Amino acid sequence: MSSKVGNSIGKEVTRVDGPLKVTGRAKYAADHNLKGLLYAVPVGSTVANGKIVSMNVQGAESMPGVVKVYHHHNVSGLYSGGDHAHEQRIPLSDETIEYYGQYIALVVAKTLEQAQAAASEIKVEYSAQPPTVTAQGLGNDLGQASARGDAGGTFASSPVQVDANYSTPTEVHNPMELHATVVDYKEEGFTVYESTQSVMGSQRGLMNQLGEPQERMRVVAQFIGSGFGGKLALWPHATLAAVASKDLKLPVKLMITRKMAAETVGHRPGTHQRVRLGAEQDGKINSLIHEYGSESSMGSGYRENCGEATPSLYGAQNLRVTSGIYHLNVGSPTAMRGPGAVPGTYATECAMDELAQKLGMDPIELRKMNEPKLDLSNGRPFSSRHYLECLEEGAKRFGWHKRKSTPGQPDANGNIHGYGVAGCSWFAGRGWGDVLLELLDDGTASVACATQDIGTGTYTVVAQMAADRLGIDPHLVNVKIGDSRFPPGPTSGGSTATAGLVPAVLSAAENAVVNLLQAASTDSSSPFSGISPHDLALTNGFVHQASQSANSGVPWGDLLKKLKRKSMSGKGNSQYASPDQTPVSMHSYGCHFAEVVWQPQLAQIRVSRVCSVIDAGKIINPLTGKNQIEGAVIMGVGMALMEQSIYDRQSGAPINSNFAEYLVPTHMDAPDVDVHFLDYPDFHINQLGARGIGEIGLAGVAAAIANAVANATGKRVRDLPITVEKLLS
Amino acid sequence: MKAFSFIQASSLGHAAAESAAMGTSFIAGGTNIVDLMKLNVESPSRLVDVTKLGMNQIESDSHGNLRIGAMVRNSELAEHRLVKERFAVLSEAILSGASPQLRNMATTGGNLLQKTRCPYYRDVAFACNKRSPGSGCPAIEGHNRNQAILGGSEHCIAVNPSDMNVALMALGAMIHLHDGKNERAVPIQDFYLLPGGTPHQEFAMMRGEIITAVTVNAQPKGAKSLYVKLRDRASYEFALASCAAIMKISSGVVESVQIAFGGVGTVPWRANRAEQSLKGKAPTTQNFADAADAELIGAAVQSENAFKVELIKRCTVYTLSQLANGGAL
Ligand SMILES: Cc1cc2nc3c(=O)[nH]c(=O)nc-3n(C[C@H](O)[C@H](O)[C@H](O)COP(=O)(O)OP(=O)(O)OC[C@H]3O[C@@H](n4cnc5c(N)ncnc54)[C@H](O)[C@@H]3O)c2cc1C
Repeated sequence: MSSKVGNSIGKEVTRVDGPLKVTGRAKYAADHNLKGLLYAVPVGSTVANGKIVSMNVQGAESMPGVVKVYHHHNVSGLYSGGDHAHEQRIPLSDETIEYYGQYIALVVAKTLEQAQAAASEIKVEYSAQPPTVTAQGLGNDLGQASARGDAGGTFASSPVQVDANYSTPTEVHNPMELHATVVDYKEEGFTVYESTQSVMGSQRGLMNQLGEPQERMRVVAQFIGSGFGGKLALWPHATLAAVASKDLKLPVKLMITRKMAAETVGHRPGTHQRVRLGAEQDGKINSLIHEYGSESSMGSGYRENCGEATPSLYGAQNLRVTSGIYHLNVGSPTAMRGPGAVPGTYATECAMDELAQKLGMDPIELRKMNEPKLDLSNGRPFSSRHYLECLEEGAKRFGWHKRKSTPGQPDANGNIHGYGVAGCSWFAGRGWGDVLLELLDDGTASVACATQDIGTGTYTVVAQMAADRLGIDPHLVNVKIGDSRFPPGPTSGGSTATAGLVPAVLSAAENAVVNLLQAASTDSSSPFSGISPHDLALTNGFVHQASQSANSGVPWGDLLKKLKRKSMSGKGNSQYASPDQTPVSMHSYGCHFAEVVWQPQLAQIRVSRVCSVIDAGKIINPLTGKNQIEGAVIMGVGMALMEQSIYDRQSGAPINSNFAEYLVPTHMDAPDVDVHFLDYPDFHINQLGARGIGEIGLAGVAAAIANAVANATGKRVRDLPITVEKLLS
Repeated sequence: MKAFSFIQASSLGHAAAESAAMGTSFIAGGTNIVDLMKLNVESPSRLVDVTKLGMNQIESDSHGNLRIGAMVRNSELAEHRLVKERFAVLSEAILSGASPQLRNMATTGGNLLQKTRCPYYRDVAFACNKRSPGSGCPAIEGHNRNQAILGGSEHCIAVNPSDMNVALMALGAMIHLHDGKNERAVPIQDFYLLPGGTPHQEFAMMRGEIITAVTVNAQPKGAKSLYVKLRDRASYEFALASCAAIMKISSGVVESVQIAFGGVGTVPWRANRAEQSLKGKAPTTQNFADAADAELIGAAVQSENAFKVELIKRCTVYTLSQLANGGAL
């Protein structure tokens, strides 16, 4: 049997779900306005450390439209969410308060306005202690994350040393679509419309927390207005909506507010990092010591894995990475785009720049000098690493040769232009999952999998994968995802979903084709009856004799009709692959070049231009792929210059919990972004050689900008964000 | 938000009469008051809409003075030909604020009365002397990066956030108020009250008075004006520091100058001392810096906002230098 592949992979296919989105027909979780819908509004604690002494809900209960008020006295029977809930506390389980905004009650009413009005009438008395919201030192020691050689000794004896402390603040994911849950409880079970990056994970979390079996818990997330990691886990509001719907036997909608998004649904925790680099005069790094502390909540063990990229990025023979944790009165942290690697490479790539400066060496030359031949953290060969090519290509595209090593002359407007570069890296993992592909008698195909598209283009790339194998237009593939009833599929996290879907979709397609050719060969009503399936093929959507042209055959839809079959299906799957399970070291690499414009009279810094070169394997769709990197770069501008969640020292409240004060870049802050993919397939990960691209784009951006700021101003700011007071001081 | 009734005012007299009842507020563009109602910072039981009372014209007299109706939308005011030609600083100030959508809704009167963005004021979970007199000020010990360095008291350091009002302050505008029977005019410099011991009293107007118009006089022939706003991002953010200036230079000296600061004062801040320091002097960077210093002698900084002293100084020097170098209209 021979089967020719089509030509959808690597093509700039426009989003197959684009028309639904731009016409408003795409239904997001909160768009499910079911009959009899009730509205739930949570009430958050206004202290961060203490106990509820008393709560008066009578006033609220008697307000117009109010159906019920839930609190720790009337909610019980909930269980731990396990790994699928990043908030360790069981919602409304007792009077203990560990962070500001922790839910203490839930008001359910007939309209949203009624629920909001009643929520503001709940009177609570607390006994409160001063909260701890700021971290000291490097935190409680969690030990070594990676070590080789004698890092301390070689650092001490190195002729050139960098020893610097960096910090990154708490950041909030702030996806456009707020977390929302609509729960429709019926006797037979729950249907939960949830804004989630994992319908499977949310299903599991809700099952755990409510003590329900899988068959009674259906989670649907057809469209998601992004998540950036904040929607990987189950958060308490979803559980509470399910509690209310089950209790009241009516559908309940709960959408959190932008303020709650800073309090109760996770964040990237603040980090405090010390980086030491010991080098020879020629730039050879002898020793790399990366110590970091990660802020966390009282109950969570989540730590920001700042050393994610450190052990394998450079060839230092002696290395030590250690981590620590601080338990604070803040909500539970969680993964945010590029967890660990993003704050981690901020510190290490700034330190590299500082070392280059000390050595009087070009930062690119320094990186070339320290390119490892294999991954020194585990001795494995790299699956596909083109880090230096990224740097060389980027330098060309960006015009790096124009960089001055010290602040240059002002331009005609009195502005000084600074250039900076930083590398980036992110592990290449492969999600697991099953796929059911069906060839239909109308000539289209469908692919079903309980994964989801968080806005990254999963619908489109899955259609491309299937279309490529079947030789049809991707728009003829109906992608059915975002429902836990489909075959279990990968989480949209860790940049692993696409890489995992490749083997699953391709094998499902292959099996569907095999099944079809088999039926074509054996069914008496088939024009190919009696011909061995090995002598048949499916090309460009036509079933034909392998020895003849595709056009000589029959479109599969017509063949199915002849066979009196509605469809022919095939199953496929993909096995999970984590970095430590593979005999090779699988990572994506890249670099960012940034230009900043410094206006010294006004102490004003803006980013004017970024060029990113990314080595992430084969790019399935350069259009949606580029979009991932461009968005990440703009997010990186925010990280470098403006984003930070600020905790009020007295109350523990994230005090800037709105878009007027938690700043993200506006259109005017978005630089010109030039994205280039090297596009070398990495066949260690899957048949197409495609690694993930969702996160790598953010790693290194803040470092490139910070390095450009240092180049423009002569001033090294090590604590993000780089705001005006730090440049003035 | 609390339930409220909505009343469409049909005349100034009607609006004034309706406003006599307790718990009544006016609503114009609604971009500020609706926000505050959603936050339960304001909870009127009655809203009187004043947008259908006319007061939506921009008129110029033979001297080039301007009368701006209180209902003129911010976008219309900013784009008006006469404003762009003769009061550029006002147009620039408005366009530097908010977003096109907000400016299309926001009115001149509403902007004059917009409330502080102090996060403690805007969250009823916190004490706030402005919102709830005598309850305390958590901003002083708390997150005070964007609080005022001029005009504060031990009871309140909240910044007046407006851009438009800074330009009007520099222009020496008059605010026209109507109580349903009579109109009176208050100079803008007397209109904004320093917090002192009564931060909840913000404007020199009585209950039930309606702003009908703002007037600005023609500026000296040959004067140039400019508004410069500094902030953490390029757009859609309130000022960290801003400067409105109108300056006339003749025979190599500053003949007349009006300066106002935004983002640094508890009220839109007229920099009288800076003006005095500069009058009759040569328009040099040093003199501009000295003028800013003269104004900033009284600055009182908090744990996080000392940088504003340097920032407003640079903003002032930059604005005046641009004017002196002909870099502005
Ligand atoms: C996201 C956001 C960003 C913003 N950014 C900026 C910025 O960068 N710079 C800036 O300057 N502003 C900014 N603003 C504020 C904006 O300029 C004000 O909200 C607007 O000017 C208020 O005008 P309004 O007509 O909508 O007032 P309303 O909300 O209708 O009224 C405000 C107050 O004035 C009273 N009132 C209104 N009209 C009259 C009248 N004629 N007589 C008596 N009382 C009256 C009302 O009772 C109310 O108390 C921003 C606002 C938002 C929401």
